[in-house]
Amino acid sequence: MTAVLAVHDLHVAIGRRGAAANVLRGASLEVGAGEVRGLVGESGAGKSMLGRAVLGLLPENAVIGGGTIRFEGRDLLAMPEPERRSLLGRRIALIPQDPMTSLNPVRRVGAQIAVMLRHQLALSRHAALERAVELLAEVAIREPRRVLELYPHEISGGMRQRVLIAMAFACDPSLVIADEPTTALDVTVQRQVLQLVERLRQRHGAAILFITHDLGVVAKICRTMTVLHAGRVRDEAETADVLARPRHPYTRALLAATPRADRPAEALRPVPPALIESLWSEAHRLDRLAVAGPA
Amino acid sequence: MTDILLRTSHLSFAYPQRSSSLFRRPPVREVVKRVDLAVPRGSVLGLVGESGSGKTTLGRLLVRLLRPTSGGIQFDDVEIGRLGEAELRPLRTRIQMIFQDPQSSLNPRLRLGVTLTRPLQIHGRLNGRQDQRDRAAALLDLVGLPNSLIDRYPHELSGGQRQRAGIARALALEPDFIVADEIVSGLDVSTQAHILLLLRELRARLGLTMVFISHDLSVVRLLCDDVAILQHGEVVESGPVARIFNAPQHAYTRQLLSAIPLPDVEPGWLDDSSPLFFSLKQGSAA
Repeated sequence: MTAVLAVHDLHVAIGRRGAAANVLRGASLEVGAGEVRGLVGESGAGKSMLGRAVLGLLPENAVIGGGTIRFEGRDLLAMPEPERRSLLGRRIALIPQDPMTSLNPVRRVGAQIAVMLRHQLALSRHAALERAVELLAEVAIREPRRVLELYPHEISGGMRQRVLIAMAFACDPSLVIADEPTTALDVTVQRQVLQLVERLRQRHGAAILFITHDLGVVAKICRTMTVLHAGRVRDEAETADVLARPRHPYTRALLAATPRADRPAEALRPVPPALIESLWSEAHRLDRLAVAGPA
Repeated sequence: MTDILLRTSHLSFAYPQRSSSLFRRPPVREVVKRVDLAVPRGSVLGLVGESGSGKTTLGRLLVRLLRPTSGGIQFDDVEIGRLGEAELRPLRTRIQMIFQDPQSSLNPRLRLGVTLTRPLQIHGRLNGRQDQRDRAAALLDLVGLPNSLIDRYPHELSGGQRQRAGIARALALEPDFIVADEIVSGLDVSTQAHILLLLRELRARLGLTMVFISHDLSVVRLLCDDVAILQHGEVVESGPVARIFNAPQHAYTRQLLSAIPLPDVEPGWLDDSSPLFFSLKQGSAA
């Protein structure tokens, strides 16, 4: 069985030649059909960059230094731009992190969903609005017709995120990139949103690459997980395995440093700075190798 | 002298809203409602709530950045709820606040050494330039920052270093009471643990009394002796940490606790029959 997404040995640097910073240093991962894979890392690990590379939404000053990104067997990096763009939203969708800045503040919710549906699915104006009503009902929005008439600032953060989730699944994509979709939400709302994502995934049969810094969120929604640090994959396995028997010292340290509401205070051990330093110096050694070329 | 350093009685605060008419009294929105808290000397109280629960407003009342609409605040047996700015001034050295976002609460144009000693300067406790540098160095040392940062600007620091700097500045005047508002929520797990342990150490060393505001119950369990759970501006439940976490009484506390995703695989966690899903089932049936 081929993976829906197969990223192999991906190198990405940000900035101009001479002053470039490597953000991905040979990262590889696969997401199978219908699989939910967690991509875990702290800020600066490169997890969002990997997601953006898959979507073709890297910042302008980013340079892909090597590697392949295969989606349903075809290399996205070798594909002509128009063809790649045609996949976006339809076959590969995004649930963005910040629901406030991802919706247009001066257009009504319904108009924004309808534009997307008319463009992607060539629906008529009327059909697009009817479909929008169904989509909002699917993400448990009580009065979909009323909400369609509202502006983004008139609905709550949790509801905005649900609108974006509905839009992501609207065209039955085979891959959804979820980039920290619950980070800005309260825990009770986060749980509802995670339940929704799982429900829609089951219904639409999409695979999800779930980017997050929260090991708790990964434990609840992802069957498999990849741990990223300094642009490299440090650990990767079934979530239950990684959490029960983390192999890489970084994963072990991360778990020990995560505060838990079910355990008393004594259990916490911060990540040893020496470990982080050694991981970074290893990464920088790799950078020099890359600059010098293989010996 | 009691052993309660800070006590609030029926503390309330309301924001005036825009009036529909010039001649009508503007309507008010109550964000803190009749809150009774007692913080024993040397203890840490966790103030937990979701966004909009009024926890930040309550924190600002406690340090008297806001004036209560009604009710009282007793600090060291003195009523401070109604005091004016001049009367508050001596108290300001004893009560400090650490802010959520060190990026925006440190002056970007001042070197760290100057920022850290600014409170001392304002209260006339500095004796010249050498004293300032010595004090700044001592403060950096206290929060585990290298001395070399003394002439650095905030943007040259990492997020964790900036938060340490925020803590150092709050400690400059050697206060008895500190309100810390969501001070670890923007940090990575590896940095967050270091800051939490630093706070625990400082608390033990300096005998600080603290109110620690957070939306994250896991963090609160780590640092606090007591917890108060806020919902819509009201304290719905409060008590010792062990009791609240092991035997929560209020439905909202239980809901908050069960919503925390612990880093364990738990198959049933996502298919819960919460009210949200009742409406979903109705919606899809229609």
